[in-house]
Amino acid sequence: MAEGQKKYEKPKNRKKTVLRLGSYMIQYKYLVLLALGLTLGSNLLALVGPMLSGYAIDAIEPGAGKVDFVRVFYYAGLMVVFYVVSSVLSYILSVLMIRISRKVVYQMRKDVFNRLMELPVGYFDTHQTGDIISRISYDIDTVNTSLANDIIQIFTTLITVVGAFFMMIVISPKLVLIFAFTVPLSIALTRFITGKTRPLFRMRSRRLGELNGFVEEMISGQKTLKAYHQEENTIGRFDGKNGEAVEAYYRAEYYGSVVGPAVNFVNNLSLALVSMFGALLFLTGQMRIGSISSFILYSRKFSGPINEAANIMSELQSALAAAERVFHMIDEPAETADCTGALELENVDGDVLLEDVSFGYTKDQKVIKGLNLHAASGKLVAVVGPTGAGKTTLINLLMRFYDVDDGRIRVDGHDICDVTRASLRRAYAMVLQDTWLFEGTVFDNIAYGRQGTTLEEVTAAARAARIHPYIRRLPQGYDTVLTDEGTNISKGQKQLLTIARAMLLDAPMLILDEATSNVDTRTEQQIQQAMRRLMEHKTCFVIAHRLSTIQNADVILVVNHGEIVEQGTHGELMERKGFYFQMYQAQFE
Amino acid sequence: MKTVLSKYLRPYYGRMLLGFVIKFIGTIMDLCLPWILAYMIDTVIPQGRRNDIFVWGFVMIVCSVLALTFNVVANRMASRVARDTTETIRHDLFVKIMWLSNAKTDEFTKPSLISRLTTDTYNIQQMLGRVQRLGVRAPILVIGGILVTLTLDPVLTLVMVSVMPVTAFVTYYFSRKSIPMYNALQRAVDQFVRLLREDIAGIRVIKALSKTDCEEQKYDDLNKKVVTLERKADVTMAVVNPATNLFLNLGLVFVVIVGAYRVDQGTSEVGKILAFLTYFTIILNAMINISKMFVIISRAVASADRIMEVIDVPDQVDQDEIKLDKINPNQVQSVYGEQSAEDEAYIRFEHVTFSYRSAEAEPNLADISFSLKKGETLGIIGATGSGKSTLAALLMRFYETDRGNIYIEGEDIRSMEAGRLRERFGVVFQNDTIFEDSIAGNVRMGRTLSDAEVRKAIEYARAKEFVEEAGRGYDDHINIRGANLSGGQKQRILIARALAAKPDILILDDSSSALDYRTDAALRRELAAHFADTTKLIIAQRVSSILHADHIMVLEDGKMIGYGTHEELLEHCEVYREIRDSQM
Repeated sequence: MAEGQKKYEKPKNRKKTVLRLGSYMIQYKYLVLLALGLTLGSNLLALVGPMLSGYAIDAIEPGAGKVDFVRVFYYAGLMVVFYVVSSVLSYILSVLMIRISRKVVYQMRKDVFNRLMELPVGYFDTHQTGDIISRISYDIDTVNTSLANDIIQIFTTLITVVGAFFMMIVISPKLVLIFAFTVPLSIALTRFITGKTRPLFRMRSRRLGELNGFVEEMISGQKTLKAYHQEENTIGRFDGKNGEAVEAYYRAEYYGSVVGPAVNFVNNLSLALVSMFGALLFLTGQMRIGSISSFILYSRKFSGPINEAANIMSELQSALAAAERVFHMIDEPAETADCTGALELENVDGDVLLEDVSFGYTKDQKVIKGLNLHAASGKLVAVVGPTGAGKTTLINLLMRFYDVDDGRIRVDGHDICDVTRASLRRAYAMVLQDTWLFEGTVFDNIAYGRQGTTLEEVTAAARAARIHPYIRRLPQGYDTVLTDEGTNISKGQKQLLTIARAMLLDAPMLILDEATSNVDTRTEQQIQQAMRRLMEHKTCFVIAHRLSTIQNADVILVVNHGEIVEQGTHGELMERKGFYFQMYQAQFE
Repeated sequence: MKTVLSKYLRPYYGRMLLGFVIKFIGTIMDLCLPWILAYMIDTVIPQGRRNDIFVWGFVMIVCSVLALTFNVVANRMASRVARDTTETIRHDLFVKIMWLSNAKTDEFTKPSLISRLTTDTYNIQQMLGRVQRLGVRAPILVIGGILVTLTLDPVLTLVMVSVMPVTAFVTYYFSRKSIPMYNALQRAVDQFVRLLREDIAGIRVIKALSKTDCEEQKYDDLNKKVVTLERKADVTMAVVNPATNLFLNLGLVFVVIVGAYRVDQGTSEVGKILAFLTYFTIILNAMINISKMFVIISRAVASADRIMEVIDVPDQVDQDEIKLDKINPNQVQSVYGEQSAEDEAYIRFEHVTFSYRSAEAEPNLADISFSLKKGETLGIIGATGSGKSTLAALLMRFYETDRGNIYIEGEDIRSMEAGRLRERFGVVFQNDTIFEDSIAGNVRMGRTLSDAEVRKAIEYARAKEFVEEAGRGYDDHINIRGANLSGGQKQRILIARALAAKPDILILDDSSSALDYRTDAALRRELAAHFADTTKLIIAQRVSSILHADHIMVLEDGKMIGYGTHEELLEHCEVYREIRDSQM
């Protein structure tokens, strides 16, 4: 059997997953111990039941007119007491287990999310949101359901089986021999089937994750799909994914559901054998009828939980497959930890130096090659160039969303790899082309970067960003909740909100990546003054297409194909009549 | 829930019935065993015939084998029905969502739609599978058990059955109580998922502002809320199991007591009581399974309701068409405003007014009228939030106008089927989506376009150079949300997508904002040269993007404050002048 197992699965992984799940439970070891105690109590009490009913039947056995009612009532009374206590205990146990499993699930969700927050930005660029969500919601739910129900069941099984076995030995050691044949049979069957089903459950989790990813992407792009009349087509693709998902679910479920009847079969088999041999023992006078009765009830008790446990095995399989996916995500390498003894950047002047920086998202494609740049404190550096020239990548590197492949970046003389990421990022204020607002009030969205901001400050920032009149017109003004990623706000308004957000920050360096690309130029001009104040005394990196906005930059970098092709002030570059000059002229074509 | 049963399970009634019959036979085989046992103890053993014991023992083994076979087959059929039903439900739901009007999508919100398609349909599949496997077996065991015990001893059976209404009531009461709890839970889960999605989208900002702690706190609050709701619902349902157990065990005690009297009076035998106890265990286990099923069903009912809520949304587009099919074309005009068929205008807006919220609110577009001839270009300019994108959305009929009419080639767009209407368009939205697919796939968007057409479109969109740049190709994979492309590259792919099918109408909504001037100018030249017959709506921030347009519309706060050529507007429209001046 052991060899058979290895073919399907590396048991090491499974063991690890189980141990790891266990480590979540261990924090609540006292509760778990209490639960164990309750299970023991409740099941032992329930085990006494058949014994008592056996005694009662022995009291009835003499037949018509000779029934010993005193004994019958005595044992019936005991049965009532035992069953009541047993049920109360099992209710308490359920509640306890629900509490434990909720705590575990809460902790798991927390761990996954905390890790999610630590993952490098690149992870989100290459993983479907739907799949990530599927792990945090569906997979953890699966683990949870299993924890709440299955753990108790396994305890119960263990106790009941051991208890029933003990009782059966007491009643008739000879009949117990039958189980020496049937128990290994049911264990072998269960193991065989679960070995087959484990990969199926893993497949099921994966397919569901894929379906989620697809649904997520398609529903996000619903408007585009409609515009191109792709509903039918998308539905066709969805049907493919859907078919795969339900099929994987079906296969896992079907093979899982074979376990029940299979174990049931072994139980029936043992019942048949017990009946036959019990009858023979009775004939030879070695057993009383009451004993056969108790024995059969115990053998049912004995096999019932085994049967349940077999069903649970399939649930457990699916829980393990789900837990594996969750742990896999927790184990994703986080952003490389800050190096030991990393500095906290404090009182930053904002002197930024890039030395021979090279970087590519993939190994074979360099987006930035040997870039050298010095941005002295308080200077305005503008980066211009055709699209796709690596401008946004520069920001990814400055903020350490990605690490450079070669060369180094220094802030105030410190290699940014030697300072803490948090302090580095705090030193920047940033307004990106892809604005991001969350579901919360307008106030919360603007005040997001700074804690304890007053309404006056927020209003002032909004006024400066020329978004105050718009906010005033909203139903609840600054308390209006922006929903669903701000559906009915235009992109330009979103940008103004994020500019207001940046205005509240007190960072020595500023990054503006196409910060006003969707703001109309009149408004842009109106916020110029505020923007200038925002940029005052800060080292600024400005990426822009509208060359008009960067003419006063201290240095303009003209980037093409990842290299700086020209560098200088607006005047110098215009005189040179090179690439920049051509770009400038193109505006008026 | 009822609809799920009647509508989606109906095609499988036959298969379910067959499965039911097979399961029934299998279960009867299970039930035969204790019956044979009773027969052996009461009849065979007293006679002391060893051969008979072996014969009956063999019969028991045969029954076991049959029970195994039938149960496995029936389980397989049950899982299949669950699979096929879920597939259909999920398909219908997805189809519905794809055709849902934008207003409805906004109302449900996308995250909620996604969770209905995923979590809720899983709950249904789980429920359908289990209920068929256990749900058939358990009642058969209960009813069959009762029937067999009736033949053994009717009086004892009545004693046993008398406790069942109590357990049924307990199960029903607590399930009813838990359904609203599961509904509340699902709503909390929606919020929880929304936060996750939001944080994944905004990870750069969160990290830049070192707000991970803050997001973790928000997440923690929701996590706690979800966990608390889950616990409440589960604790409520946790009563059912022990209670069922207790009542049935108490019933067992009564059976022993009443049985004692009956044996004493000679109306029953010990063997029967013995068999009774065995049946009782079977019935007990079956009842526990039934109560477990109620937990699953409670959750599934909540899910089914959420699914049906979407599926049951009346399809407004269809209704319109039906109405139009039934009345003659002349009436159409009276329903949708006057318009002569020979109108030379290709696109015409007549007093169009629209508001996203309600008709009473300050309109997002107010009283807009204009017309365009075929091949003309309309430039739309105006401050952010002035209604530029809304105008395009109305033309494509993503939303219906509150007042006024829109015509294309003299035909009211409400009388056109949405697909036929939108086929005419090539469009790039302001926040358009790049899919995880190849470059060619993103341009093709599932339409039947030849490779040559796709390449041509990429060339027109000035994307050829970067696509063919070293190491790249048309079949290159684009990452999720186009993460491996720059903003300008994404826009050019999107423009290529809009151009690829040589559309009658092209809408570019601020789609050159990430393009540098040279690329933008080159793109305009391509449009003029190769898309002369295409009527173009160009929404832009820069005057330079629209300066050569045949007509320019200036919007402010949803109102049209200027309409004419560049020169006309410079002369008459102060706002336009200001915009131009700001850009020089």
